[in-house]
Amino acid sequence: MSAIIDRRQNGKNKSAINQQRFIKRYRDQIRRAVAKAVGGRKITDIDGSGQVSIPVKDISEPLFHHGPGGRREMVHPGNREFVVGDNFERPPSGAGGGGSRASDSGEGEDDFVFNLSREEFLKFFFEDMALPDLAKRRLAQIPEFRKVRAGYSIDGTPSNLNVIRTMRSSLGRRIALTAPYRKQLRELEAEYADIVSREGDTSPRALALAHEITHLRTRVEAIPYIEKLDLRYSNRIMQPRPQAQAVMFCLMDVSGSMDQSRKDLAKRFFMLLYLFLRHNYERIDLVLIRHHTTAKEVNEDDFFYARESGGTVVSSALKLMNDIIADRYSPSDWNIYGAQVSDGDNWDGDSPICRDILMQSIMPAVQYFAYVEVASAEPQNLWNEYLSVKQQHPNFAMQRIMEAAEIYPVLHDLFKKKAA
Amino acid sequence: MAYISTGSEWTFELIQRYEHEIARIASDFKLDTYPNQIEIITAEQMLDAYATVGLPIGYHHWSYGKHFLSSERGYKRGQMGLAYEIVINSNPCIAYLMEENSMTMQALTIAHASYGHNSFFKGNYLFRTWTSADAIVDYLLFARNYITECEQRYGEQSVELLLDSCHALMNYGVDRYKRPKRLSLAQEQARQKERENYLQMQINDLWRTLPNHALHDDDEDDGLDPTESDEPPFPGEPQENLLYFFEKNAPKLAPWQREIVRIVRKLAQYFYPQRQTKVMNEGWATFWHYTILQQLYKEKLVNDAFMMEFLHAHTNVVYQPSFDSPYYSGLNPYALGFAMFQDIRRMCEAPTEEDRLWAPDIAGSDWVKTLDFAMRNFKDESFIQQFLSPKVIRDLKLFSVLDDDRDSRLRVTAIHNDSGYREIREMLAQQYNLSQLEPNIQVAHVDLHGDRSLTLRHVQSERKPLDDSFEEVLKHVARLWGFTVRLETVFEDGRSEMTHETKVEKRRRYALSA
Repeated sequence: MSAIIDRRQNGKNKSAINQQRFIKRYRDQIRRAVAKAVGGRKITDIDGSGQVSIPVKDISEPLFHHGPGGRREMVHPGNREFVVGDNFERPPSGAGGGGSRASDSGEGEDDFVFNLSREEFLKFFFEDMALPDLAKRRLAQIPEFRKVRAGYSIDGTPSNLNVIRTMRSSLGRRIALTAPYRKQLRELEAEYADIVSREGDTSPRALALAHEITHLRTRVEAIPYIEKLDLRYSNRIMQPRPQAQAVMFCLMDVSGSMDQSRKDLAKRFFMLLYLFLRHNYERIDLVLIRHHTTAKEVNEDDFFYARESGGTVVSSALKLMNDIIADRYSPSDWNIYGAQVSDGDNWDGDSPICRDILMQSIMPAVQYFAYVEVASAEPQNLWNEYLSVKQQHPNFAMQRIMEAAEIYPVLHDLFKKKAA
Repeated sequence: MAYISTGSEWTFELIQRYEHEIARIASDFKLDTYPNQIEIITAEQMLDAYATVGLPIGYHHWSYGKHFLSSERGYKRGQMGLAYEIVINSNPCIAYLMEENSMTMQALTIAHASYGHNSFFKGNYLFRTWTSADAIVDYLLFARNYITECEQRYGEQSVELLLDSCHALMNYGVDRYKRPKRLSLAQEQARQKERENYLQMQINDLWRTLPNHALHDDDEDDGLDPTESDEPPFPGEPQENLLYFFEKNAPKLAPWQREIVRIVRKLAQYFYPQRQTKVMNEGWATFWHYTILQQLYKEKLVNDAFMMEFLHAHTNVVYQPSFDSPYYSGLNPYALGFAMFQDIRRMCEAPTEEDRLWAPDIAGSDWVKTLDFAMRNFKDESFIQQFLSPKVIRDLKLFSVLDDDRDSRLRVTAIHNDSGYREIREMLAQQYNLSQLEPNIQVAHVDLHGDRSLTLRHVQSERKPLDDSFEEVLKHVARLWGFTVRLETVFEDGRSEMTHETKVEKRRRYALSA
């Protein structure tokens, strides 16, 4: 008789270790592939699991086998019209009559394509990236504690008394302690009822029973309802919550000169930045500002999807950022970061103002500020003004992006993890 | 009699009833099998099993992860169906059935794997001679534990690099003529220590660097380097089992590394019969699922719907695209093997004049006995040589094409007609001869007293060159050997030439010893 066994509940993913080893071994190739994969994606698809392809030649397992050439005679199926002596052109390799070749080497020339889970994908994507200088103020900060539940304890303050738990142990104790008496009591009562019905309640036997019953009742009642032993208190412990108190300001230019492709680049940049922040940091505030001639703080939806547009006054955004810092994010308590994307085409005379706001109030307040100029053939006037900011402030970075594929490297470069 | 089932859902009870009937029919046909162990698994588990070539226990290696990722993707995107079953040559014979299969497919699979493949494993001479079905699972367990231990002691990376090199030479790690010792967990563990010490002693002896002065004192005047003249060449004979040669003789391998080389070699040996009997083994299993399920239908145990679904699946399995189809990738072993076994049965039951002329021994004989004989005593090459009939050649419209790189055009050399039958049969048999398919490469010489270099000799046949990837393989050879490796090519006119040299890479990444 054959054995039939249900193995479906057994562990799956037996080869998880092997997959991890594969990923570990080819991490460099995979990382390049991940960066490339995101470069070509639609904005709405940036966040998500990823299909990754790496060249077969990088991961092939070499074997001794015959290469093309020499003399070989092969048997094939499906002849329709050929007779002996017919001859014909050599088909391009891999197709038709040359089919043996592909099976010889075991693999074709296509890239090796596979899927990474979303987590793995993002991990590769944002590996080696970090907000610079985040630790600086965290150390100075008083650590924040959070109370978390941690089971029950047998002592504590009355306000933390847990009634349900206490009653549960009280009940258990009483059941345990009274059980033998109550059994006896039931028997005696039955006997008493019996005697009374037959001999009346004044017979000596009935009186004796009544006495004993009273005695037992007293004993049962003597068992305390709640003892100190039963008390249970909800336990809470203080858990230190290391918190990088950080805020990121995202400043996006949506002026008329930002055409669709530039807006697209800017949005991509912020989308990736946003993903990176969300993936790597548990708590970070985001302040989203869009501006044309005037600046406005907006929510995520408006930031990424609103269509309103106009002229350009870059300084409006910087001013707003400055106001918000003064209002809500005291530089002594917060790690402040800024990222600004613009095509650099600014209203005449505004660029020096931008420079001044940055130099005088923003740069001293922030940990890091990154400026990205998108898709302009020549550096614009804003770029030139910002160069002088860069000279004086090492925590100011600037980069230019011409096409989508450059976004990831630039982002990576701007927020590269610095060696400790 | 009532149908066993009418719906397509399977249950354990139904599987049991089908299995019972299939076992009865199989035994009526005199199929002799190991006991069966049938395991129901999920698609995901099937992917896992795929990745490790179906081994129930495998050591860890990135290449299995790679295979998993590629088949997972193919499966999820619907580009590839999963095999309905995987079966393992062990005793008991383990077959996996997928949970997703319909009842019909489960029945097909049981007939195919648990009675077809199983009886082949138990009966075919190659499997009988070369594999120990009783011991393989134990041995796999030993191998996995040993390799895990090595990873802990010597580092994952050095084990991985060693395995990479061994895998590259896996096809050159088999004995073609000598029966291997039986594998077993207990013996392996007991002998392994002993082997380590003994081997290391042997190697030290081989690589003794002090010349034997006493022996050569008298000859010194003749001006010859005494070490070069009268020592016999090493190895005495060319060695075709490269992994075995390295296990025993590579000067720099540590004992644990020799053990790992041995493990890979043992696995290669275990799979060697499978590689030589693809057409037969699949053909046999396909023939039996077909025959057994037809019998179920004849006995009215299954209904028409069952049969339709079965035939649909069966037809897919034995589909053979023509040479000019975009789906063509060589002969389908299922199609060829099934056609041949069906044809043998036909020759027995209803022989034609042609059959009596071509196969007088077979024509009109008892088909069950003849099939059993064919299954037991052949491998693909000799099976085709012996049993491929003109009818099958005609049915499949086989023809042969000569591709000579000296000619600008391809030429048809034989087709399915009277003058072509023998030629095609001969040629097709050779096509399944592993020693023709794989380049002939052997260890020719080791420079014992000079630079310790090793020379591999590639004897070309039909002027076929090595694929370019040979340079990468030679790096693996050099890694195992520890010194320079040279490749000597022997051309068809007898001329030989050193064609490549690989020095041991100094970069740490490639070095074997950490």
